[in-house]
Amino acid sequence: MNGVIAIYIFMLAGFTGYEVISRVPVILHTPLMSGSNFVHGVVLVGAMMALFQAQGLLELVIGTVGVALAAGNAVGGYVVTERMLEMFKSSGKGQRGGHR
Amino acid sequence: MDFSNLSAATLIRDAAYILVAFLFITGLKRMSSPATARGGILWAGLGMVIATLVTYLGAEPNLNLALVIGATVVGGGLAWVSGKRVAMTDMPQMIALYNGMGGGAAAAIAAVELYRGEERGLAFGALAVLGALIGAVSLSGSCVAFGKLQGLIKKSFRFSGQQVLNLLILGVAVILGLLIATGYNTSALFVSVFFVLALVLGVTMTLPIGGADMPVVISLYNALTGLAVAFEGYVLQNAAMIIAGMVVGSAGTLLTQLMAKAMNRSLGNVLFSGFGEASSAATGPVSGAQKPIEAGDAGVMMAYAQKMIVVPGYGMAVGQAQHKVWELAQLLQNRGVTVKFAIHPVAGRMPGHMNVLLAEAGVPYDLISDLEEINAEFETADVALIIGANDVVNPVARNDKSSPIYGMPILDADKAKNVIVIKRGQGQGFSGIENALFYLDNTRMLYGEAQGAVNQLIQAVKAAD
Repeated sequence: MNGVIAIYIFMLAGFTGYEVISRVPVILHTPLMSGSNFVHGVVLVGAMMALFQAQGLLELVIGTVGVALAAGNAVGGYVVTERMLEMFKSSGKGQRGGHR
Repeated sequence: MDFSNLSAATLIRDAAYILVAFLFITGLKRMSSPATARGGILWAGLGMVIATLVTYLGAEPNLNLALVIGATVVGGGLAWVSGKRVAMTDMPQMIALYNGMGGGAAAAIAAVELYRGEERGLAFGALAVLGALIGAVSLSGSCVAFGKLQGLIKKSFRFSGQQVLNLLILGVAVILGLLIATGYNTSALFVSVFFVLALVLGVTMTLPIGGADMPVVISLYNALTGLAVAFEGYVLQNAAMIIAGMVVGSAGTLLTQLMAKAMNRSLGNVLFSGFGEASSAATGPVSGAQKPIEAGDAGVMMAYAQKMIVVPGYGMAVGQAQHKVWELAQLLQNRGVTVKFAIHPVAGRMPGHMNVLLAEAGVPYDLISDLEEINAEFETADVALIIGANDVVNPVARNDKSSPIYGMPILDADKAKNVIVIKRGQGQGFSGIENALFYLDNTRMLYGEAQGAVNQLIQAVKAAD
């Protein structure tokens, strides 16, 4: 990947993140923080790549720790986000309609 | 990359990463609206599964592959169990922990690359070092944030010259980083000292920050981890990591600003100044006395009210009282009382924390109002019921210029005809500021732990006929 292209990707992705979030209601702030926490769990891909290429004891140990941490980020982030959003499904619907 | 001889695998992987980036962005977009939020996490989850699977393409069956699978199973398994078990009230610190793990993983990627010590150009070195610094700070900082919210670390460690020390550590770490990035000295000793300094910096930066500011700090570290992931994505030439990391980096920064703004504080203020330390002494004691009320009397007052507004706070979360609160609200609704819930943006330990808890109890979200929507309605309310909230209803934020929370938007609960405050004792809020609301003539204090107190109210309302 050439350096200039990389800078374009950095910039456009930055704008995308800003736009995606800018109109989010307060009610979703915590789930969204948790959701974005899950998304950077894609670091797992990088940790796997680093460990695949690791040589020697030191690199293997650090790489293994890195993959374990990254897997924790991805899996844990998914589980807690899913649990929070699960509740939003049940609210609003299924409640008695006559509360107003 | 080593896989360059496997062109078919590379092609499939590159195509898949484009799909992954699309799924992540769509997922986040859907998560920002209540109607589609639940589908959003599924989209992003699918993206993660695809990203992980295609990374296995072309891997040779060796020790490294075994370690990858083993570490994924162990790390993912532990996170799965802990994520399923954690109580809703402890969600903020759990997010902090998972976030710190992501930062640690980014730092580990950098460590593997830097210890190898290959000369691969300035951009490579600079981004590897920068990602390592940010990732390591995020790892140790998030762990401290977890410790504080979990109650493992109770004190805010503060001493004069602390900021100077932090700057000094940062300065030395940056200089070491520069020497490593430029290839001047990439010895293992240099790299090790650099990582230790970065980890120490995360601790010393986070320790002085008070618990009330932790949501902002967690959000900030979330954004920082995103950046670290993006930088390491460049190091590994992986577009999916760059895009996902950068999207989270900017979205997280915006979210951090929104939170800091809701507390009427700048980010710099949160990070570099103590909250309510000298200032609480400057604000003199409030005149008057707190007037207690029995649950029976409070229940009767609610049973015959036209309209009641409930203001939940961290005390409701600690007492796990959300289910009882909704039971009380339904009981009153059946008697014809209009019940609404007013949520301050920073009530609890995270923005939206209260919404999540009320949603858990089954409160429909059209009964829940933001600060701007509800504030004009307090004047028409017969009862404002404050459950374990404190600073977010403190009127000194409106009228006492010497108060550290002066100017923070608050819920105007004091304008209701009657205010009932459920509170464990006569202590002060998280900021350590005396709450003038508790001393007003129309305020009555119902002392007790949240769940028990609300339960008494339920019995009182039932007995009101």
